[in-house]
Amino acid sequence: MLRLLRRRLLQGVPLILGVIVMNFLLIQAAPGSFLDVMSAESQVSDPALLEQLRITYGMDQPVWLQLLKYIWSVARLDFGFSYRQNMAVLDVIMASLPATLVLMLASLAIALLLGVAAGVVAAVKVNTVWDNLLSFLAVLFFAAPSFWLGIMLTVLFAVKLGWVPVGGMMSITATNEGTLATVLDVLHHLALPAMALGLFYAAVYARVMRATMLEVLSLDFIRTARAKGLGRWRVVLAHGLRNALLPIVTLFGLQFGTVLGGSIVVETVFSWPGLGSLMLDSVSSRNYPVVLGVLVFSSIVVILVNIAVDLAYLRLDPRIRAR
Amino acid sequence: MAGGTPGLFRRFARNRAALLGLVILLVVVGLALAAPTLYPRNPLRIVGPAELWPLQDPRFPLGTDSIGRNIAAIIAHGARATLLIGIFASLTATLIGVTIGAAAGWFGGWVDELLMRLTEMFQVVPGLVFVLTIVSILGGTVENITIAVGVVSWTGIARLTRAEFLTLRDREFVQACRAMGMPDWRIVLAEVLPNALPPVIVLSSLAVASAILFESAVSFLGLGDPQVASWGRLVGEGRTLIRSSWYISAVPGVAIMLMVLALNLIGDGLNDALNPKLRNR
Amino acid sequence: MSGLEVRGLSVALFTRAGVLPALSGVSLRVPPGRTLALVGESGCGKSMTALAIMRLLPEPPARIVAGQVMLDGVDLAALPERRMLAVRGKAVSMIFQDPMSSLNPVATVGEQIVEVLRRHEGLGGRAARQRAVELLELVGIPDAAARLDEYPHRLSGGMCQRVMIAIAIACRPALLVADEPTTALDVTVQAQILELLQRLQAETGMALLLITHDLGVVAEMADEVAVMYAGRIVEQGPVDAVFDAPLHPYTRGLIGATPSGGTAGRHARLADIPGSVPGLAELPAGCAFAPRCPLAFGACGAQPALLAQAPGHVVACFAAEGVPADAAAAGA
Repeated sequence: MLRLLRRRLLQGVPLILGVIVMNFLLIQAAPGSFLDVMSAESQVSDPALLEQLRITYGMDQPVWLQLLKYIWSVARLDFGFSYRQNMAVLDVIMASLPATLVLMLASLAIALLLGVAAGVVAAVKVNTVWDNLLSFLAVLFFAAPSFWLGIMLTVLFAVKLGWVPVGGMMSITATNEGTLATVLDVLHHLALPAMALGLFYAAVYARVMRATMLEVLSLDFIRTARAKGLGRWRVVLAHGLRNALLPIVTLFGLQFGTVLGGSIVVETVFSWPGLGSLMLDSVSSRNYPVVLGVLVFSSIVVILVNIAVDLAYLRLDPRIRAR
Repeated sequence: MAGGTPGLFRRFARNRAALLGLVILLVVVGLALAAPTLYPRNPLRIVGPAELWPLQDPRFPLGTDSIGRNIAAIIAHGARATLLIGIFASLTATLIGVTIGAAAGWFGGWVDELLMRLTEMFQVVPGLVFVLTIVSILGGTVENITIAVGVVSWTGIARLTRAEFLTLRDREFVQACRAMGMPDWRIVLAEVLPNALPPVIVLSSLAVASAILFESAVSFLGLGDPQVASWGRLVGEGRTLIRSSWYISAVPGVAIMLMVLALNLIGDGLNDALNPKLRNR
Repeated sequence: MSGLEVRGLSVALFTRAGVLPALSGVSLRVPPGRTLALVGESGCGKSMTALAIMRLLPEPPARIVAGQVMLDGVDLAALPERRMLAVRGKAVSMIFQDPMSSLNPVATVGEQIVEVLRRHEGLGGRAARQRAVELLELVGIPDAAARLDEYPHRLSGGMCQRVMIAIAIACRPALLVADEPTTALDVTVQAQILELLQRLQAETGMALLLITHDLGVVAEMADEVAVMYAGRIVEQGPVDAVFDAPLHPYTRGLIGATPSGGTAGRHARLADIPGSVPGLAELPAGCAFAPRCPLAFGACGAQPALLAQAPGHVVACFAAEGVPADAAAAGA
């Protein structure tokens, strides 16, 4: 297990290096000097300060040296400085990260619960009305853009029914109440964005779960389980689900990046103060250090999550563990 | 694509949902083609009262938006942009993916190793974050969005092509071509590639759907080309008016959903028709 | 009577193409401590019979449409599923052809044994584990306690089948159904598994319904043999009687019997019979074997009944009716 962890971490290093190099190439590809845009945006007009920036970013040096310097700084988790927030980029990212993580985890929880449940029911009741209904819903949510779904959910549940707030992460009034009240308040705000983001993945999981479950339920050991006198649902849950979950786990890792991307859009719909809102703000204001920082940072997160998923797989599938 | 062999189309048509998808796609294509005739003037000009609900005025069957533009015209012209970006992004992805996958599978060894690391690299970069980065640095033109979406969508195609090439590389007919002294590039282009393509076509058709979702997200965020009528942009513009006129967001969203739905259904149908063995991808 | 008694069991497949008769009037008897072998080519309904007895038929399309499955005075065919759950794995158990795929790959051997103990004996925790170790020892798995935490993929095919047997006998069933239990195993392992089954049968007195197409296994293990063809039993009787003097032309074809009725066929696999088993959709009217039968004549257009030609030896064939066994054999 530790050996695998070390191997996977080592494999991750060239990947991260690759992402950094790609990042660097993007900076080089920018039309005009990237410093010009940046200084214009942050209203730096003092030539001395501009020169200072030029040296900080090593613009006066040969390209390969700039690249090495860039890699070295990212290796120290130094993604540069954001003049817009007047903070180091890493700090800016870290400040937005918790909100995004909360949203992503809530969405994935919804996706897993709904998706797996729907997939299992559809597989067990295959070719019935239930199967057709669930498969139809899955196809529908698989095609609905999350931002649009978010708006429609808002129209229904926030505007028409008034059950939940339209946006934000916390009520302005609820500042000095207890921890529990704050948590409930956040959950109240979280419901719609998490649904908007989660339903798409629920659809994905439901489709995969249904197909896998159908396959698993036709395997020999399911017959053995039934021959033991176990009830239908016990067979499905204890024997079928345990095997059918494996592809879902893989999918979870593969899709972590797209969930992160999806949260950008959903966050802007609901004014959720996370990485997505930060990214959009930085893109609109051409705040390159933050944009590139988010790109590298999120790539690293995806790599780490995938390593974690590999380790989880190791625990779940004894056949892999043997190797 | 489906007309290649009659048997193929029959197998495709047996899937009712796929047929429905094809019908929806044809309607959208027809709409895109007819847009210049139906609405010859710029769809983004103001033509009537603002916030007119659908079915109120026969001139504006889908209503008007916040500043009095004809939603039906935007939908029709938006279909062009959506289709073009979707198709060209998918073509870009297919071109990159097939090239890289074919090279990796055919040459093997360190080439394979290198190209697969490259593929992994693109897999870990969150697609939308990458697209937004490109848009922010290079600008949100239709071309940039198309290429950026293509660049984030090719990894699955590359992996699949590589897998196909790996199995085809050692087949008898390829060995026979080698024995006959056929040059590598001819074997690849004339013998291996045509056999590797069917499953790839399925992924390419699904890539059109995901490209449309990418594009609509970029436009929704207001980072697309403001001169081009776009479904995603209209959803975004309608957002501020959800209390009074939520239909402005709803209508183009339904269009996006139907389009993506149609492409997914077609992809599933192609999958069943082209490679019965290859499911659940 | 105790043991298993199947009476007139019929199973039909309800397909889009119509209702197909998968089993027609199958009757069997397996007294406690005895072994009945069910033989025939693949697709003849052997496994279908086993699954019907276990009430594990793939429903839909298959369904029991007539008959009784009496086990110790209870008709399993008529039990509601909820009560059948209490019977499966306790009074009746089953082992399968491919032991490797019959065990859950992501659960340990111990978990899979304990599960059945918990279900039927209410055993849990340490007691269940202790009993699982005993069971593994009983089926001849060395170092049983350590094996408990192994996953099936770490065990050989023979070991997996021993585990399957341990699960099957965990609750001391009155009947064990073994569906081709040694087909997927190496020859030497086959012999060990058969020996194990014989030993366990002797110790527990369970009835054994053995499904196989290996006539050597039949000769080795069974007291009685029933030959199936196209969903019907065509001949049934004591192993010696059937092997020495097969009455049905199909049985003779299977055994590849010589006119002298020698034992040459006993250790042979099923001999080749020209033609193939007809599909359920295209069964001929009357005797299903007639199209392949060297002795077929006019009467074969009707369905022959199973009639006793010797004490305990029944056959469904017009050509064999009233003909002494030797003469029938000579006619082949």
